Amino acid sequence: MDFAIETDRITKKFGDITAVNNISIEVGTGELFGLLGPNGAGKTTLISMLSTMIEPTAGSAKVWGFDVGRESSKVRQNIGMVFQDTTLDDRLTGRENLDLHGRLYGLDSKTRKKRIAEVLSLVELADRADAIVKTYSGGMMRRLEIARGLMHHPHVLFLDEPTLGLDPQTRTHIWEYIRTLNKEEGVTIVLTTHYMEEADHLCGRIAIIDNGEIVALDTPEALKEMLGGDVITLEAERREDTTRLSEVYKNNGCVCIVSLKGNEVFITVREGERQIPHVLALASDAGIPIRSVSLRKPTLDDVFLHHTGKAIRDKEVSEVEQVRYKIQTRRK
Amino acid sequence: MVKKAMNTVYTMWLREMLRFWRSKSRIIGALATPLFFLVILGTGFSSVFQFRGGGTVNIGFFAPGFIGMTILFSSLLGGVSIIWDREFGFLKEILIAPVSRFFVALGKAVGGVTTSLIQGVLIMVIAWFIGVKYVSFLGVLAAIVVMFLSGIGFIGLGIALASKIDSHEGFQMVMSFLTMPLVLLSGAFFPISKLPPWLSILVYANPLTYGVEALRWYLLGNSTIQVELCVAVLVLFALAMTGLGGKMFEKTSV
Repeated sequence: MDFAIETDRITKKFGDITAVNNISIEVGTGELFGLLGPNGAGKTTLISMLSTMIEPTAGSAKVWGFDVGRESSKVRQNIGMVFQDTTLDDRLTGRENLDLHGRLYGLDSKTRKKRIAEVLSLVELADRADAIVKTYSGGMMRRLEIARGLMHHPHVLFLDEPTLGLDPQTRTHIWEYIRTLNKEEGVTIVLTTHYMEEADHLCGRIAIIDNGEIVALDTPEALKEMLGGDVITLEAERREDTTRLSEVYKNNGCVCIVSLKGNEVFITVREGERQIPHVLALASDAGIPIRSVSLRKPTLDDVFLHHTGKAIRDKEVSEVEQVRYKIQTRRK
Repeated sequence: MVKKAMNTVYTMWLREMLRFWRSKSRIIGALATPLFFLVILGTGFSSVFQFRGGGTVNIGFFAPGFIGMTILFSSLLGGVSIIWDREFGFLKEILIAPVSRFFVALGKAVGGVTTSLIQGVLIMVIAWFIGVKYVSFLGVLAAIVVMFLSGIGFIGLGIALASKIDSHEGFQMVMSFLTMPLVLLSGAFFPISKLPPWLSILVYANPLTYGVEALRWYLLGNSTIQVELCVAVLVLFALAMTGLGGKMFEKTSV
């Protein structure tokens, strides 16, 4: 099989709102693929369709070679899903939750027992396995859900905002589990997130989604590379020097983009850390005093800004409202 | 295929049993209410009421009524608990599993009816301890079958409703608009032989009436409606509601 997931112009509409618009992507076997975008961008809708939870309005998708519409049962057998909100039975113990899952997926008693021990040790929950889930912390619940999603050896694992609402330490832990799974068990993983760092740290390739469409798709490095490099910010002692300073750089044939704002001069350049000495030397040769210098590597935030004209964080509030509106219309 | 279906039903049943076992307070609560009714109301009524045309009401008259009521409450609740599963997310875990939803619903029903039966049988035993006389042991066994049929019927109804309702508020509505009329119009608390026509129609249209009447026949040896008719109605009710519940659940979403 070439691809673990293939979608062909898949589309989902709720009333007149198009949540997912004509998305065609391919995810290779063994990839760790990220869907990055603000809340309400359509990430959850997309993986809900891929995991057969909702039906596409138009277009089609294949997961592990099976059509999500016609062969939904086969798709389900081959995927694991960790939802955004908890879907555990909190009156039962962790072990019982895993056991019921194993039964639903047709594992025999011996396999269940073995697999429960395996997945529990992977997420380091073995010592709390027999406690009622209600007594778990948020991070433990998420780990148990990941463990449960793995019980039946899925080929593809979907993680919807796997670290939403978790503290930084737990988040780092969960990243480790996800990486281990992908590397050691060879599970193809598709995760959605609106945390830039998460996508950047974890994913081999990232699709940036905005308003139901994919605006960019590549490795995190390539996405950032597209922006032209790092930004060196020089703060001049005197404002009147800034124009001269920028002339200096432009005339010295540096492969860079120079812009000004107030006392600051921004120089976009590849391998910024290597360029700083040169940049400073030029300033001192021209006799321009510099108060400070800083280097910033582009983040996915900048990539998002570049492609959509909006910062991902600015969108949060309005997107929450949009989701609310969507929910209301769906109920009608 | 059959094995897979049985496996699904068993898994869902197992879950209900584990949950039931964990919620001791629920078991006590479920038993306490009808027991209070049985002891206090039963004793109170039998001290003042007389049937028209002679004969006093005794506490035994109420026993089938309270068993019926317990079955109704617990099985409707068992079916409607899908609303809880939806609210707390577990429904997604079930819906995404590669199993038939019909058999998931059936497993839920079998699980719910088991807990109903445990409660119904306990009430029956306690009533016997406080002096209610049953006609025969066979009758008692037949009564359990009647409880099973009524339970399955009401769970099916609960599942069908829960597949359409998506909130706690809706659930409260159902519980007050459905259970109270069903209990009051069932002859659980009064003899149905000499009712005015308008009330009689409502009572005869109520499936619980047939459950209570059948229980009365098998446990006490007398009933107003013929027992064969009662059983026939209950079987049809159970089948129809299982079918309806299963169908509606297949179409439910999260």
